[in-house]
Amino acid sequence: MAITLTKKAAERVEKYLESRGKGVGLKLAVKTTGCSGMAYVLEFSDEIPAEDQVFESHGIKIMVDPKSLIYIDGTELDFAKEGLNEGFQFNNPNVKDSCGCGESFTV
Amino acid sequence: MALLQISEPGKGTLPHEHRLSVGIDLGTTNSLIASVISGKATILEDTSQTPIMPSIVHYGEQGILVGHEAEKMQLLDPKNTVASVKRLMGKDIKDINPNDFTVQLGGGDGTISIHTQQGIKNPVETSALILKNLKELSEKRLGGEIIGAVITVPAYFDDAQRQATKDAAKIAGINVLRLINEPTAAAVAYGLDKKVEGNFVIYDLGGGTFDISILRLEKGLFEVLATHGDSALGGDDFDHIVEQWVTEDLNAEIPDIKTKQLIKNLSRKIKEGLTEKDEISVDETFAGLGAIKKTLSREKFASLSAGLTNKTIACIKQALHDANLTTNDITGVVMVGGSTRMPIIQLAVEKFIGMPLLNNINPDEVVALGAAEQANILAGNTNDELLLLDVIPLSLGIETMGDIVERIIPRNSTLPVAMGQEFTTYQDGQTGMVIHVVQGERDLVKDCRSLGKFTLKGIPPMVAGAAKIRVTFQVDTDGLLSVKAKELSTGIESSIEVKPSYGLEDKHIQQMLESSFSSAEEDKESRALAEIKVDGKQIIAMIESALEQDKNLLNQDEVNHIYAMVHELTKALAASDRALIEEKTKLLNEATATFAARRMDNSISKALTGKTINTLEF
Repeated sequence: MAITLTKKAAERVEKYLESRGKGVGLKLAVKTTGCSGMAYVLEFSDEIPAEDQVFESHGIKIMVDPKSLIYIDGTELDFAKEGLNEGFQFNNPNVKDSCGCGESFTV
Repeated sequence: MALLQISEPGKGTLPHEHRLSVGIDLGTTNSLIASVISGKATILEDTSQTPIMPSIVHYGEQGILVGHEAEKMQLLDPKNTVASVKRLMGKDIKDINPNDFTVQLGGGDGTISIHTQQGIKNPVETSALILKNLKELSEKRLGGEIIGAVITVPAYFDDAQRQATKDAAKIAGINVLRLINEPTAAAVAYGLDKKVEGNFVIYDLGGGTFDISILRLEKGLFEVLATHGDSALGGDDFDHIVEQWVTEDLNAEIPDIKTKQLIKNLSRKIKEGLTEKDEISVDETFAGLGAIKKTLSREKFASLSAGLTNKTIACIKQALHDANLTTNDITGVVMVGGSTRMPIIQLAVEKFIGMPLLNNINPDEVVALGAAEQANILAGNTNDELLLLDVIPLSLGIETMGDIVERIIPRNSTLPVAMGQEFTTYQDGQTGMVIHVVQGERDLVKDCRSLGKFTLKGIPPMVAGAAKIRVTFQVDTDGLLSVKAKELSTGIESSIEVKPSYGLEDKHIQQMLESSFSSAEEDKESRALAEIKVDGKQIIAMIESALEQDKNLLNQDEVNHIYAMVHELTKALAASDRALIEEKTKLLNEATATFAARRMDNSISKALTGKTINTLEF
């Protein structure tokens, strides 16, 4: 299994990293919180933590710590538009249920 | 499914706790809103994909229109369409020319009333409608509620104008994280706050206004050294130059408003075309006017508009002069405002300053983008340190003898700020001192706002005026004031913390500012009276203590006479007749002249008694 980016998402990340001027890639994780149990964390990463597993998709490095990986393995990160709003979306095959807002989920 | 943005390392937020923030460029002609999305400052576009919203409000019969919709009503219903409301913010009707506006304006108590078919409106609520429109757009675009905004204001905005802007935001339901100066926002967008130190010229030529600001950047803090400009000079004037060129050979009068508007639009297109091309040819026919067929070159345009361009250069010169700088002291020039796209402007500025310009960010958007970056930092979404850009709205000082305010930090000082002053004791043997902290622009304590009192104890007994007490005021970035008093010979100190800006209602600040302007003369008289009263009391105290020591130098008549004079002065001090107090003080001084002379002789002879000529040192 792995973590992947869609091409559209990868292009966005590349653009954001470039305008930010630093960073080695993306950090994906989950936090145990939210109305439905778990929540995603999506951050820039300035380093590659030793314990993290590193994936690469369309040239973008994705860092995931082993604990989080259990919950998001197989996830594809997409970039989507909803009306005027746009942003990243987790397509996570492990999710059984998510709260109405979609920001937290259970496995 | 919610859409996520990428956060800074360690700044990922919990669900429903995204700290969405925006930067707003609330302009005279147009307004923009921006936000940092996944680390990148981005202009938020509305449904029509146009990033710029006209700062226009139409108070219609059916309802209120804002932005593009209101702009369309400008020609159809000018009497109920408010444009350039920014020029009315925090102003009195006396400050402006009502003929510049298509709506009918009137005076209120210190503010301006706007007469529309929907009733009387004020500038603050009108501006609030523009802000509210921007806020709604941003929340649709960001998919959540914004926690706060940084709003930009011109560097020359005074406290009343800044306060009015804050009030408008409040009415629009926006939490103002901070107001920052437009030139500062532009500098932030270029990342100048992170990289360099030095002096910067911010050249801002908008649609209808021109502003020059000279900023000094030191340790991440921007200080406005000077501002200059012309509130009636902008891109529209350049359009007008082209318009004259277009119509100069026409024999007929322009028949109607519609044709006039067409020629206006054509002129603007020619001007904008000259940004990319060296020359633009016109071949158009207008009903009732005939054909216009001619070519405008960039050189010709430059010479036609040289008067306008030179005016802006003269403004830079003046601002540099005010800031006590020359072009050699300038580290960089930032170009702001759509009109700075014109190559003729760029060339002229580059030639005058003698260095390449910072112009690679869209000049229409640069202010809003910088504000968005600031907002993002203030909302706590980055690992950057906070930038320190605020100013003090009202002066801070302490009470001195006679209920007079001694100003320690003048208003509009940039935060954070620390300033101190030395004070002394007023009476012999005084061992304590009450430090009364006040805020306001008036000279007397009773007319200012009291913020707090504390006492410095343990001053060693000394004669009046010998102790040295240093009072230091420090205001941090959040407007939190701490006051420290320290007696310098012993090092004992005492302190207090107060919140000056939160201690005052906004309405109160406005009133206080106005009263300081209207009461300047009265204040001067009060201060003079208070000062002479302090002098009088001090003289009485001195004489009483002298009489106690050296009464034997005087006969009973002389003593009685002095006491009578002291009594007279005491009586005069109880009233408020400055001339009378002056006169009685003079009389008392005269009455004690002999006494003073005898005391002097006496102390010299005392010093000499028992000493031989050999032990005296000369």
